[in-house]
Amino acid sequence: MTSLAPAVAALPDDPGVAVRAGWPTWLRSVWRNWYVYRKTWRSSLTTTFLEPVLYLAAMGLGVGSLVNHHSGGVNGVPYLSFVAPGLLAAAMLQVGVSDCSYPVLGGFKWERTFWAEVATPLSVGDVVAGKMVWEIARFATVSALFLVVMVAFGVVHSPLAAFVVPVAVLSGMSTATVTASFAATQDSDLGMALLFRLGVLPMNLFAGVFYPISRLPGWLRVVAQVLPVTHGVDVLRALTLGTGLGWGLLLDVLYLVLWAAVGVVASLRTFGRRLVQ
Amino acid sequence: MVEARGLVKRFGDFTAVAGIDVRIEQGESFGFLGPNGAGKTSTMKMISCMSPLTEGTLRVLGRDPATDGAAIRSRLGLVPQEDTLETELTVFDNIYIYGRYFDLPRRQILERAEQLLHFAQLGERRNDKVDSLSGGLKRRLTIARALISEPDLLILDEPTTGLDPQARHLLWERLYRLKAEGVTLIVTTHYMDEAEQLCDRLVVMDGGHIVAQGTPRALIDRYSTKEVLELRFGLDGHGPMAERLGQVADRVEVLPDRLLLYVDDGDAVLGAVHELGLTPDSALVRRSTLEDVFLCLTGRSLVD
Repeated sequence: MTSLAPAVAALPDDPGVAVRAGWPTWLRSVWRNWYVYRKTWRSSLTTTFLEPVLYLAAMGLGVGSLVNHHSGGVNGVPYLSFVAPGLLAAAMLQVGVSDCSYPVLGGFKWERTFWAEVATPLSVGDVVAGKMVWEIARFATVSALFLVVMVAFGVVHSPLAAFVVPVAVLSGMSTATVTASFAATQDSDLGMALLFRLGVLPMNLFAGVFYPISRLPGWLRVVAQVLPVTHGVDVLRALTLGTGLGWGLLLDVLYLVLWAAVGVVASLRTFGRRLVQ
Repeated sequence: MVEARGLVKRFGDFTAVAGIDVRIEQGESFGFLGPNGAGKTSTMKMISCMSPLTEGTLRVLGRDPATDGAAIRSRLGLVPQEDTLETELTVFDNIYIYGRYFDLPRRQILERAEQLLHFAQLGERRNDKVDSLSGGLKRRLTIARALISEPDLLILDEPTTGLDPQARHLLWERLYRLKAEGVTLIVTTHYMDEAEQLCDRLVVMDGGHIVAQGTPRALIDRYSTKEVLELRFGLDGHGPMAERLGQVADRVEVLPDRLLLYVDDGDAVLGAVHELGLTPDSALVRRSTLEDVFLCLTGRSLVD
């Protein structure tokens, strides 16, 4: 057998060139997430891609024919075109929460892989950055694919759609980061089930994905405005339809940034509390 | 390699480690022996720079974990108490990913992975998912993985807890090889046989304190007798019996199911017991072990 012992010449009490100048530590964590995804992507294919496309077909074509027939679309926009950007925001929500709920809890509790990372030169910040940067990549690819499908369905009406991907990423991050920070505080999957029922489901139904929130009664409209996804839907819809443009969109974007920023800071705290005791 | 002075770890009101001094030299195989809750894992986590110390000073590889944690960790191999493997990936992938955490060049990881798969006798399982491995194979994979960076110091936190005897012996044999190659090992265990097999030197911990330290042999010589006579007397009457036996043994320990007589010549004392007119249900003469040392020091057994 070949020797596994460290070189005897290594100084016993000095790590020497400790962290080799090479890949930054956070990038190694991103790479890990990519590698694991590459080996296991099949299991998430239906929820991240097939499901939104099925929704697009069912809601856009099925419900759409009804809406178009009765009221000539939504504010004059064919229903398929109206609902498509909403479904994109909903897909970002779904992808982000799926990636950052059970898998994050598992990284602490079941597979415990986060502990494997911090036993190496990687730090808590690297683990959080690895997760967040990887999610950005996920949102970018899923939204780009979704945009292609939208073009194929003929529901993109403005060149501003070029900005769809970064906005979709931001919309996804607004909920994914907060979800990750929450999952890091949990000790069982009970909280995850609640998150899907009390967080994801209401956002899907009340964030203006399927109808304009102006149709809601006043108090419910206020609730809808609090939900980050509402603002993601707003901006994405304006970009693909080329209507409703204005400074208000900037506020929408800032609101999403605020959620994402809070989520990142909270994740650093909750991951840190869990991993460094 | 490791030098700790007055090391303390508190979690709120609870003191897990209550001020210990330890010095571990290069090439040594050093043990922390103690029951669950003695503070072994907390100590390991501080040494492996994963948990900040509450008080005291600690130097690992000559550096301060508080400021050079990442640098120190880059030279450590850690085998944690609970598995932290990528269960959905293969045996090989686990080693590969771990190597990348240390930013080793791809070619080097591939070379070392071959050696390590061979070392851990996992070659034939290289493409199997971790999910399908037994507990013993997972431990071996965890150890193989921890060696990918050729660490100067390998820290094993209860490496064989929960394994069947055969798996334990194989693991010991592998660790013994590492030791023979000069890898510095730190092992925590609540199995005295493990400590006897693996450790050149050890500390016995209880309630966050170090209650004794030395080589296994020296500890046994100091805190125990040469031999131990184990006697069983049915279900009751061990207490009063112990008093009567006090006249033939240096020391008598009363366990729930048996009496331990600390003596120099077990067979001779067994004869004396019979002369007292006592007829135990069963009698066994054995060598003293670290378990006896622990019993002598704390009045309790290691594994409850």
